Amino acid sequence: MQVSVTVNGEEVSADVEPRTLLVYFIRENLDLTGTHVGCETSYCGACTVLVDGKSVKSCTMLAVQADGADITTIEGLADGDQMHPIQEGFWERHGLQCGFCTPGMIMSAVGLLAENPSPSEDEIRHGIEGNLCRCTGYHNIVKAIDYAASKMRGETPAPAEWEVNA
Amino acid sequence: MSTTSALGGVVRRREDPALVTGTGLYVDDLKRTGMLYAAFVRSPYAHAGIKSVDTEEARSLPGVKAIYTADDVRHLGPLPAQVPVGQARPLLADGAVKHMGEAVAMVVAATRAQAQDAADAVFVDYDVREAVVDLKDAASDRLKVHDGLDSNILITWTTPFGADDAAQSALADQIAEAKAREDTVTVSLEMTNQRLLPTAIEPRSVAAEWNSGYGEMTLWSSTQMISAVAGAVGKVLGIASNQVHGIAPEVGGGFGAKLNVYPDEILVPWAARELGKAVKYTETRREAAVSTIQGRGWIGTATITGTPDGEVVAYELDAICDMGAYTQNFTVAIPFLGVFVGSGQYKFPTRLKLECVTTNLQTTDAYRGAGRPEAIYYLERILDHYSREIGMDSAAVRMKNFIPNSEFPAAISPVGFAIDTGDYGTNLQAMLDLPEYAEMKTERDRLRSEGKLAGLGLATYMEVCGFGPSGLVDLGFSWAEYGIPSAFNGSGLVRVNPDGTANVIIGTGPSGQGHQTTWSQIVSQQTGIEMDKIRVTYGDTKEAPITIGSFGSRSAAVDGSAAFEAAAKVRTKAAKLAAHLLEASESDIRFEDGAAHVAGSPDKTVTWEEIAKVAYQPHLLPEGMEGGMEAHAIFSPANATWPFGSMACLVSVDADTGDVKILRWVNVDDCGNVINPMIVDGQIHGGVAQGIGQALFEDAIYDSDGNLLTAGLIDYPIVTAADVPSYELHRTVTPTDINPMGVKGVGEAGTIGSAQTLVNAVVDALADLGVKHVDMPLRPKRVWQAMQDARG
Repeated sequence: MQVSVTVNGEEVSADVEPRTLLVYFIRENLDLTGTHVGCETSYCGACTVLVDGKSVKSCTMLAVQADGADITTIEGLADGDQMHPIQEGFWERHGLQCGFCTPGMIMSAVGLLAENPSPSEDEIRHGIEGNLCRCTGYHNIVKAIDYAASKMRGETPAPAEWEVNA
Repeated sequence: MSTTSALGGVVRRREDPALVTGTGLYVDDLKRTGMLYAAFVRSPYAHAGIKSVDTEEARSLPGVKAIYTADDVRHLGPLPAQVPVGQARPLLADGAVKHMGEAVAMVVAATRAQAQDAADAVFVDYDVREAVVDLKDAASDRLKVHDGLDSNILITWTTPFGADDAAQSALADQIAEAKAREDTVTVSLEMTNQRLLPTAIEPRSVAAEWNSGYGEMTLWSSTQMISAVAGAVGKVLGIASNQVHGIAPEVGGGFGAKLNVYPDEILVPWAARELGKAVKYTETRREAAVSTIQGRGWIGTATITGTPDGEVVAYELDAICDMGAYTQNFTVAIPFLGVFVGSGQYKFPTRLKLECVTTNLQTTDAYRGAGRPEAIYYLERILDHYSREIGMDSAAVRMKNFIPNSEFPAAISPVGFAIDTGDYGTNLQAMLDLPEYAEMKTERDRLRSEGKLAGLGLATYMEVCGFGPSGLVDLGFSWAEYGIPSAFNGSGLVRVNPDGTANVIIGTGPSGQGHQTTWSQIVSQQTGIEMDKIRVTYGDTKEAPITIGSFGSRSAAVDGSAAFEAAAKVRTKAAKLAAHLLEASESDIRFEDGAAHVAGSPDKTVTWEEIAKVAYQPHLLPEGMEGGMEAHAIFSPANATWPFGSMACLVSVDADTGDVKILRWVNVDDCGNVINPMIVDGQIHGGVAQGIGQALFEDAIYDSDGNLLTAGLIDYPIVTAADVPSYELHRTVTPTDINPMGVKGVGEAGTIGSAQTLVNAVVDALADLGVKHVDMPLRPKRVWQAMQDARG
């Protein structure tokens, strides 16, 4: 079946089997491999992308269901060389280790901050509980999202723990 | 509680720009021209004979290129294993399957979906047999797992390690006497340390391409030990090791599960050579549950004999450890790592008996901590229990029984190992003195006064890491079985290029530990070359002189030391050259900010660019100096390293549902000197979360037929962000004396110390109800049941 979508601002179309999951369409047909497959069963969230502005686990959707949609993947988040504040937050606050869950975690955070620009720690934790990370224990992911939220509100982020403890 | 290392600075990770923008390359991201995809037919039974494998229908499906069974690969022999005690694993099941998920056939097809479709269409006729699942049943030898083995018990580890029978019976006599003393009490608990699924978020993935003209195999694998995997491929397929180009690109988490050689890592390159096409295989999440190794899986009884005032006179642990069906990389050596730390930081006589049994379950092997979390769990749980039974504060009991500082530097643990450095009392006292600790106590008491169930858990830990000493080869620890006869050396190569940039090639196999950053710091600190001019690489067998990989929290202590020494060699040569160029004395040369300076003469300076340029123009060099600017160092430590620490947490337990909530979590860890505190703390965070996961949720549950009931993330829940608090970390610093930077290792400490801390807290919350122990995982139903049972 023919699927036409806008991905990271570019119109693309491809002929796919009806059973093709959106994540495989993104990875294998469009060669955008920043979106990862961790479970294929909608639990881990490594495949999270934005579909029409909402964060969606792309293994939960068939490619054909996304026909006509506007999709943003991790590759489309930065503004040229300027990282999105959430990407910057993950870098600044050590919000990643192996990096495999990171693109999905970042896209999920984009969705979270779009809905709630000033989340509390508890709201961040519940906001990303659909995205699994095995490396960080989430501590610095929470800090990274808090950093980004501050930046996006035009405020100065709270200093890092290592700045406070130094 | 400060950092004393000269390195000791936070540097943002150099890995991250690629990883946060989606440009990092993992194996499954790889595409090659004409690439084919593999899928496996896996056994749905734990134990069965294979009557026939019918591939006819599958072969007729679209895109199918080949289907292989045992008949096709038998000539390759079994899967090599590092410590080959037990039954070797056939590459594909040959006549029988011994665990659910065992690979029976491999399908290669044009697309991933076609390969899976064809695998589903292979019909295997099984003759189902009774499976050995229960550990005590396995140890009884009522039913044998493998006809070719004399017993299901593969090996029994005892203490004192290496002692003869006489010494062991002397220890038994000593303990019997202690128990008979009228002034001692003996307490015991039977406890389970359950099987776990390591669950890296990136499933394992392997790809290979054969170039017949070059006679070269290129192999990409998501592994922590690329040299061993490439070596095994060369050995099994008959290719010289220098003709197998192994590459481990980004590895999406390992935790020990990628510290192995798997059948697919041999069969994919084999099929690539057979078919003359690149082949890739990526396991699915459900497959990973049964095709990747599992961890833990002990049942055991821990016993303490001690005086009523807290002096422990004997500790005993009798455990049965589940090795699963086949022996892979370390399998029976994992409980042995538990023996290393079997007596923890304590001085009391310790008798361990760890029976390693084979079962009809998936193989167990290294999972974060690997033998050490199990051993420390039993020790710290029974110490907590003993303290409660004699009515003493468990911290006071621990203090009373620590190996005293006066024993160092010659301390030998009761189980027979030399310990590098330790200062256990100071570390625990640091925890007890923290305002956080006092606040947790106050909060627990406040919650209790409101009628709530709340508990404060405390536990200390010791680990052993930084493997390792060359002599471990005599105990079977080397990659020799994979055709790489090397001890667990560190390797570091530092090369300064003609333009003054540097390449650092190290023998590690990281999966998120930030080695590019940490090694940049090490080499920059040694040479004065700016960090942004240093490129650190690893995981490529063509580049690295030798790659042992990353496991056992060894990388900084061993490969870090090698890079440190290689950089020192480069600095020494560069100092000679700079002295020549500046007409100064070599001893006055200092390296800083990308240049060599002459002490006391601020105007005399030569940049690394200038030094490097001359180094590659030999006619400009001083007489006798070779051209070039590089050095390689192999580092072989004299001992392992022995980190330690204390953890505490506050929990509440819902009296109606049994739901456990972690309110606060505090650590005081001691991993020696610290290179990058941000990265070190990150390792602790993740390690603690995995220990919490074991304590609260994770459980590889098999039914009595050996079917894994928890093969997906809904049935096997790992910790989410909403399950854990922010961690409050502190440290004491007791540098090791066995490597030049004084670093010990930190990758596993969080996991080794945390599960018992949490269980101790929950038992503290429920103790007034009469609960003495609850087996992990402490899911609400189990905690609720424990409360009901205690209430009668």
